[in-house]
Amino acid sequence: MASSATTLRMAGARNASAVRFRDPTSELPVAKWVLISIALVFLAMVLFLPLFAVFSEALRRGWQVAFTAISEPDAIAAVKLTLLIAAIAVPLNCIFGVAAAWAIAKFEFKGKTFLTTLIDLPFSVSPVIAGLVYILLFGTGSFLGPLLNSWGLQVLFAVPGVVLATIFVTFPFVARELIPLMQDQGTGDEEAAISLGASGWQAFWYVTLPNIKWGLLYGVLLCNARAMGEFGAVSVVSGRLRGETITMPLQVEILYNEYNFVAAFAVASLLALLALVTLVLKALLERVYGRDHAATARH
Amino acid sequence: MSLAATSATRWQWKQPSVIPGFGLTFGFAIFYLSLIVLIPLAGVGWRSASLGWAEFWRLALDPRLLAALRTSFWTSFVAAAINAVFGVLVAWVLVRYNFPGRRIVDAAVDLPFALPTAVAGIALTAIYAPNGMLGSFFQPYGIRIAYSPIGIVIALVFISLPFMVRTVQPVMEEISREVEEAAATLGASRFQTVFRVILPGLTPAILTGFALAFGRAVGEYGSVIFIAGNIPYVSEIAPLLIYIRLEEFNYPAATAIGAIMLILAFIVLLTINLIQAWSRRRFGYGI
Repeated sequence: MASSATTLRMAGARNASAVRFRDPTSELPVAKWVLISIALVFLAMVLFLPLFAVFSEALRRGWQVAFTAISEPDAIAAVKLTLLIAAIAVPLNCIFGVAAAWAIAKFEFKGKTFLTTLIDLPFSVSPVIAGLVYILLFGTGSFLGPLLNSWGLQVLFAVPGVVLATIFVTFPFVARELIPLMQDQGTGDEEAAISLGASGWQAFWYVTLPNIKWGLLYGVLLCNARAMGEFGAVSVVSGRLRGETITMPLQVEILYNEYNFVAAFAVASLLALLALVTLVLKALLERVYGRDHAATARH
Repeated sequence: MSLAATSATRWQWKQPSVIPGFGLTFGFAIFYLSLIVLIPLAGVGWRSASLGWAEFWRLALDPRLLAALRTSFWTSFVAAAINAVFGVLVAWVLVRYNFPGRRIVDAAVDLPFALPTAVAGIALTAIYAPNGMLGSFFQPYGIRIAYSPIGIVIALVFISLPFMVRTVQPVMEEISREVEEAAATLGASRFQTVFRVILPGLTPAILTGFALAFGRAVGEYGSVIFIAGNIPYVSEIAPLLIYIRLEEFNYPAATAIGAIMLILAFIVLLTINLIQAWSRRRFGYGI
């Protein structure tokens, strides 16, 4: 339809004047719509179809079956554990992110670039390796594992291990969002506050925090999505104890491997809903906070 | 501290500032970073060093591991290459054209960041399995997508797509129209302008996006294991082999694979930094 409309318009233009003008910095409308179509077909195959598949497979035998699957005690335990893990991992990484961004953005010191690279390190490491490092640190044959065990603290194949692995993979989210933002904002506001007699905490609460609140929220949002959805690292250290160390993504895997596909996709659709909510909030935040600061490129 | 205070003119590690809290925040950041990331990662280095060279090489040259590394490499490379074409195209369409639903499509590009990898894995498997929505189209021709390396490539294209789009997109937005106008006034066709003026300027961004996509794809686990079929020597990826060795309590073998993967990750990081340095010198921008 679009292409026929454009041919009509072009034919009209040809009749109207001898000289045809076309914007030299844009493509022919035909080329434009061909490119848009290719891009949309590609995205439909790669992005939208999987998302659609999650919900259609979950509802294959109706709402009732899907709803029963997510109200099973094992599924509810998985939801609770996932929420608990996010409730521990996200605030800790948030405190770290703010502290690291304060130190890096508000002060000049040698080795700053190196420190920033180190903070980004968990993003370059395979999630399975994130699990592996804690197996080596706390597993049999390590120094720490048996010591903590003798104090009655089980790290691996227990909730602490799952929390640690989650903290590792979500480590850089808040920091990498805040560092460029606070570097752009500079130190002028805080210096003014201090010179007017504010204490360090007052400067942070009344000056810095209002300045960075959207960026902080943005980092927290992405951190939370990953914390609730992490699979690889958690699967290595979890041990899959029924009702104890099984998070929602692990529950999806277990149900799927038991050929209980409807239940697997029902739990998966909860996670997909979380992803959709995250994307909507993210788009809204980008509108108030500006895409320029949103360092989405390298998560 | 006192030394730094008395030697204002000499070499200083940290410049003086009226803002308080450096000690607290820097100290906490270093403490937390060491506790969560550095010490555990150093453990892999230390454990693999304590294996000794001979033992490390014996583990590293295991034929099954070499096959898994080969699979991980070429599937990641192909996935990054596919994204170098289609990801750049998607970025172009999002930056240059206005069409109904553009904002939604733009937001949806980040779906692979937000969707848990296990969910993506089972969804892609459901689509591309021999009896799946798309898999059933290929089945009559004897093409197997799920449970073969092709399935791995598809999962990796999915998870690494945003790395390419989000790296290229901001650079594309910065291209000044004057350059294109200059090319047009000098008689270049639109095709020539795009391929000989615009795309060469995007090279560093595309290369960086490629390296980021490749780095993410090589380490990916969750989405791949469902669709791959995980047949040793055929569709088994290196991260899965770490997992299998850990299940067998074969920690030395898992450590060796982990060390190899870490070295690979460092090479990717280094490559990205080299591209950035080259880009700043040659094109005057970093990404």
